[in-house]
Amino acid sequence: MNEFRYLPDTEQDQKDMLDFLEIKSVKKLFSDIPTHITLNENLAIPSALHESGLTKKMRKLAAKNATAHEYSLFLGAGTYDHYIPSVVDHVISRSEFYTAYTPYQAEASQGELQALFEFQSMVCELTGMDAANSSLYDGFTSLGEAATLAIGATKRSKILISRAVHPQGREILQTVAKGQEYQVEEISLLNDSTNLSLLAEQLDHETAAVVVQYPNFFGSVEDLAAIKELAAAKKALLIVMANPLALALLESPGKLGADIVVGDMQPMGLAMNFGGPHCGYFAVKKKYMRKIPGRIVGQTTDTDGKRGFVLTLQAREQHIRREKATSYMSSNQALNALASSVFMSALGKEGLQKMAQLNVEKAAYMAKQLESKGFSIKNKAAFFNEFIIQLNKPVGATNRELLEKGFIGGYDLGPDYGWENEVLIAVTEQRTKEEIDQFIEALEGMTK
Amino acid sequence: MTEYNELIFEISHPGRTASSLPESDVPSIDLMDKFPEHLIRQEPAELPEVSEPQLMRHYTSLSTKNFGVDNGFYPLGSCTMKYNPKINEDVARYDGFAAIHPFQPIETVQGAFQLLYELQEDLQVISGMDAITLQPAAGAQGEWTGLMMMKGYHTKKGDEATRTKVLVPDSAHGTNPASAHAAGFDVVEIPSNSNGTVDLVELKKQVGDDTAGLMLTNPNTLGIFEKDIIEMAEIVHQAGGLVYYDGANLNAILGQTTPGMMGFDIVHLNLHKSFSTPHGGGGPGSGPVGVKEFLIPYLPIPRIEKQEGQYVLNTDYPDSIGRVKGYYGNFGVNVRAYTYIRTMGPEGLRQVSESAVLHANYLRKKLEPHYDTPYTQYSKHEFVLSGSRQKKLGVPTTSIAKRILDFGYYAPTVYFPLIVEEALMIEPTETETKETLDAFADALIQIAKEVEETPELVLTAPHTTFVKRLDEVKAARQLIVKYSKE
Repeated sequence: MNEFRYLPDTEQDQKDMLDFLEIKSVKKLFSDIPTHITLNENLAIPSALHESGLTKKMRKLAAKNATAHEYSLFLGAGTYDHYIPSVVDHVISRSEFYTAYTPYQAEASQGELQALFEFQSMVCELTGMDAANSSLYDGFTSLGEAATLAIGATKRSKILISRAVHPQGREILQTVAKGQEYQVEEISLLNDSTNLSLLAEQLDHETAAVVVQYPNFFGSVEDLAAIKELAAAKKALLIVMANPLALALLESPGKLGADIVVGDMQPMGLAMNFGGPHCGYFAVKKKYMRKIPGRIVGQTTDTDGKRGFVLTLQAREQHIRREKATSYMSSNQALNALASSVFMSALGKEGLQKMAQLNVEKAAYMAKQLESKGFSIKNKAAFFNEFIIQLNKPVGATNRELLEKGFIGGYDLGPDYGWENEVLIAVTEQRTKEEIDQFIEALEGMTK
Repeated sequence: MTEYNELIFEISHPGRTASSLPESDVPSIDLMDKFPEHLIRQEPAELPEVSEPQLMRHYTSLSTKNFGVDNGFYPLGSCTMKYNPKINEDVARYDGFAAIHPFQPIETVQGAFQLLYELQEDLQVISGMDAITLQPAAGAQGEWTGLMMMKGYHTKKGDEATRTKVLVPDSAHGTNPASAHAAGFDVVEIPSNSNGTVDLVELKKQVGDDTAGLMLTNPNTLGIFEKDIIEMAEIVHQAGGLVYYDGANLNAILGQTTPGMMGFDIVHLNLHKSFSTPHGGGGPGSGPVGVKEFLIPYLPIPRIEKQEGQYVLNTDYPDSIGRVKGYYGNFGVNVRAYTYIRTMGPEGLRQVSESAVLHANYLRKKLEPHYDTPYTQYSKHEFVLSGSRQKKLGVPTTSIAKRILDFGYYAPTVYFPLIVEEALMIEPTETETKETLDAFADALIQIAKEVEETPELVLTAPHTTFVKRLDEVKAARQLIVKYSKE
């Protein structure tokens, strides 16, 4: 009996195949590997575990982590604890979806292709754009690709990015730009928002695009209309990285003049997963459709005239165009795009608005309560589900104390922004009034 | 019952929902009081409005129109479509892995970091490298990350301006030249010789002071082991370049040799290929990158390290290329790969490559009389046939691929690698039974016969799928990429 359950060959199978090949042992098939680079010993990794032992081990490892189910989580900063309807995991657990590959043979992959077509449609609806791809790795890689598209489309050499964009997004953009050899300049802040007068000064005829986040990293809603006006005056593109959930209530970036809208679908149906896998979306105005990175699904018909779907505009992609491709990316996050589609379908037109409204109300309630207890809130602009609290002691120490009381506290803004004792707090629809009140009470107890 | 053929937007009906949200337990807010009017959405996004049973039926119907490894044989060459173990899926969904936030205090996620650290160690051993980053989200991003490190290395030596060229064999994956370009390099194609391996004379001709590095997979995309690899690595090293390993074909050599032993400096691994994490219809994947010791300073930050029994994040690498991906990479995918490696152990991984290679050679030999076989030396885990004999009879490889779908199999990779005319690239993997290999061979043999006797049957395939042959040209011309009501 073979001791490895995924490997079906019996001794007889192996013997039959070797006989057919007229060789005595499998070793012969590896005889083209020069002997001095052949491994003569087993790989020095731990021995195999049987299934029950492995499950036990993995449960123990998982148990070493504090989860959002045991603790009341007030941490956001780009990854959020939101409601995920049960149907989402049921759909993505259908193995016809998760065990499939990139749909190169469209006729055998209609389910995947249609689901991605629907995903593209929903992204266009939310963002107010004309076309979307079927996802990239995450919101930050989408951001990097958007900047590269803007550089190519405008033939200019500089990207202006607000410091109110997620610090990791800015870091990744710097790495991307080093490869593509363009300049990235940051725009400073005015309180909790992009400083528009500095933006006006920094904009010049070498600026390919202005990048802002909506709502920004601090939860504040940037005035996209005003930013668009400034960018347009210098013929620079506007790239907006938007939280898709917030777009249920906020005017779509497309309507406000964005040329490219990107972001992460994590708030919509994806588990936090310690930061990945999430799912980057990428949407553009029609003018840039042929410059989109990654896969795009298009509608067509079969020989009987029946509607069907295929991967289209493949001549932009690396497997056809090689070094001239619009992007190096081959994989996307199709399964997570599917999860988000199921989420958007489950919530629907009104449900999504309701969920977003709950986020606004809970965050506003918490901020108001905190203010009434004497805490100060740094946000001057209206915020969505996140805001900054000024504490009178270090965030790290506060979070350690909160943890003992069953809370996971917010994001310390010290390391990225040099703002001492300032913490970014997220309140999603998952937090009850009771949890919010208890959190405030705990915070009050330890900071006064 | 008539066949279901609707878009979710078309079954939508105002007033339905499949969600269940709580009523607000805090005071309500009028958006007009909160946000500037011009920033409040005027028209709601037209998302579907369906009930939960409608939703489940819609997506279940879609799933029945999709072919995955659990449906049947998926011989997609260079993509390693092996079985996706179910325990991996269960484990990745444990709360302790799925319901944790990437910015939690580090002492509350020691289990997650332990897993990542141990996975780094395993992959170091498997690849023969000295350090691993788990940040890249997929193989192609791994390539770009590796090339950015190559750039960092040459920059540090003051050679950035002169070492501008990356050499890539003509048989390489498209991601190789694309990621080299994204890292700012010029691509120089190296032709293969008649044996299907890199032409050493050509390599020597192209290598020089301007060489940043060579990108190579071994076995190569023809399924052939580049036996002169040590010599190739020496040629490039002597010229001052680095040698990059594309790990797409690692499944063939697990436990037999390592890229490190072969002289490679940088390696990426495709966890969804070699380590059985499912590819979800195109992703997510994970593409860790390994390097030899002298390149450790250039790895992306943060690095996961162990200090006094605790896992910590270290960003103190001034020569690092920076961050390439949010947080810690595709953690959920890494959990699956870790589970797989623990399931298999060293003996299991070695058996994987042995069975994968045996299967490829067995299937190739069965098919050799019926299709042109441009390369006949031992295959590793995959092999390439040519449909040129059938093309001469008026049937292109596309049609052969479509006809294969009628037999209940997914089609092999077609028209790749580019150097083989009418290429059909087949990778059976280690998880298929001999019975499946025999049945698949019979199907391909029958198709070869059909090409001779009833070519029309092949030219009009597929016949049994939910849709017949789809018009790709029309899709690109009329470009409908989203639903609209009209």
